Amino acid sequence: MIVRILGEGQFRVDDDVAAELNQLDTELESAVEHSDEDKFTTALASLLAQVRAQGAPLPADILEASDLILPHEDSSMDEVRKLLTDEGLIPG
Amino acid sequence: MYMKGTAARMGVMKRVSLVFKAKANKALDKMEDPRETLDYSYQRQLELLTKVRRGVADVATSRKRVELQMNQLQQSANKLEDQARKALSMGREDLAREALARKSSAQSQLNDLQAQYAQLQAEEEKLTVASQRLQAKVDAFRTRKETIKATYTAAEAQTRINEAFSGISEEMGDVGMAIQRAEDKTAQMQARAGAIDELMASGALDDLGGHRDDIQSELDMISSGSDVESELARLKGELTASQRKQIEGSGANGGPQAAQAQQPQQAQQAQQPQQAQQAQQPGPYAPPAPQYTPPQQPQQAEQYQPTQAGLPVADLPGLGGEPQDGDG
Repeated sequence: MIVRILGEGQFRVDDDVAAELNQLDTELESAVEHSDEDKFTTALASLLAQVRAQGAPLPADILEASDLILPHEDSSMDEVRKLLTDEGLIPG
Repeated sequence: MYMKGTAARMGVMKRVSLVFKAKANKALDKMEDPRETLDYSYQRQLELLTKVRRGVADVATSRKRVELQMNQLQQSANKLEDQARKALSMGREDLAREALARKSSAQSQLNDLQAQYAQLQAEEEKLTVASQRLQAKVDAFRTRKETIKATYTAAEAQTRINEAFSGISEEMGDVGMAIQRAEDKTAQMQARAGAIDELMASGALDDLGGHRDDIQSELDMISSGSDVESELARLKGELTASQRKQIEGSGANGGPQAAQAQQPQQAQQAQQPQQAQQAQQPGPYAPPAPQYTPPQQPQQAEQYQPTQAGLPVADLPGLGGEPQDGDG
């Protein structure tokens, strides 16, 4: 599957790696729900590190939508909340 | 399983990607003829490319401004340290303290700017890469657009257009956000840069123009004062030497141990000119030799030397306030 890290680009990731990512993503989501800043920072950093380590960067000229999209590495919890709503940060 | 959770347990990654897809679909739905979407979208891609390139240039401009300020602050810090050193050598610890306080302030601004500089540099790199990536996607889109238009009827084209469109639209959303972030950062930096410019103009971090640099002007005053004074001391010394046939300025640079410890012994033990000469040789303060005349009365040399030695050093700090130097 294809995972995008916002601000960095897309990666092709094996499905079994995606299961691992999902585990971390659950932590990330619960951190956002509980406004737990420390947990949020840790979970996001682990997620991104995992994608970078396990994924292969997708060539820039491949035009495919991603299955999963991850926030910027220096995103705040507030930015992530906005990303999750349609009114959020995505322009146009 | 991981992809098919309920909305409550979908996870951040999936939800974000759905938000992106919803945006793309909304835009697609507005178009009556799907092929029209292709041209319209392509126009917007080109606009975004222009925008991201302008973004790179803007960040670079900000970075250069910060760089310039860093250089100025570094010069200030160096200059203030020189001034502190000079002030200390003139016995003006108060001035040295002031110079060092300003240096520390300049230094902390500098550290702050260094962090900002690194951020801007990172932002510039990110945007540059984003612009290259977008360019590649836009090229791919153009190729695909032509193929779709040439090969398929409007109905057949739909699926392929959707694919191409959602791919490019995600990239555009990403780049759009990157530009926004870069703009926000740049705006913050510019506000800070403006504040530092004001601080520098106020002289609080030392004004490099010099006209407001009170530390330097005081140092100049002292040193021109001390120039006058040392000239005066030299002239006095010459006068005294010719009047009393003494060694001119022999004590100016110190060496009191040699002068004080050995000369009394000479006076007591033997009053021969040769020994008086020897007493001066080991000292580092050897006076201008040409004017030397063998002392006829060693006891008097002893009396005059401390007076002359005391002159330049003792009078230095006090001279700052005296009106010899009219341009303060």
